[in-house]
Amino acid sequence: MTQDETALAELTEISSQVEAAVLFDRDGSVAASTLPDERSAQLASSARALFEAAEQMRDGELTQLEAATGKGSLFVVREGDRLIAAVAGPEPTAGLVFYDLRSSLRRAAEREKPKPKPKSKPKRTKTSGSS
Amino acid sequence: MARRRLIALLFAAGSLLGIGLYARRGRKQERVDLYFADGSMVSVEDDSPQAARLMPLAREAIRAAQS
Repeated sequence: MTQDETALAELTEISSQVEAAVLFDRDGSVAASTLPDERSAQLASSARALFEAAEQMRDGELTQLEAATGKGSLFVVREGDRLIAAVAGPEPTAGLVFYDLRSSLRRAAEREKPKPKPKSKPKRTKTSGSS
Repeated sequence: MARRRLIALLFAAGSLLGIGLYARRGRKQERVDLYFADGSMVSVEDDSPQAARLMPLAREAIRAAQS
């Protein structure tokens, strides 16, 4: 299981409202998903197109969106070059879903960073100075 | 007699209005909420021209996840 898949697995475990989620890059390539390949690509492609279309509606940096329909809600959150799209049932608690998605994106990003090596203590050199 | 008719008519009109309002309230409003880095939020309602571009993409994404 990759780090991205672990982040999504944790997301679906934490958030009972999220039915499906996909983690993808700005170019549309899928990094991890809770869906089969074909449906993941379709969800990522539509979510990316929606986010790009929404970005053109107004000046300013778009960070997240929620599209509510009668059959369910789509959430898209962006953090840097990474995006996460998730589908929830009708009338979800939007604030909680956004929080869980952003946490999941950050967890995936943190795991990608290599852990800094612990600094080695400077060796003490015995000085046999005569003072 | 005329007064009774008027009351019946008003009652019928009121009932129709109530049914209409109840049905309207029950209908789930479709919309897209956009959140920006400066903290502002824009809500695009289903009957707006901008929604015509966004809603089909949202429906497509939800369909992909739920099919």
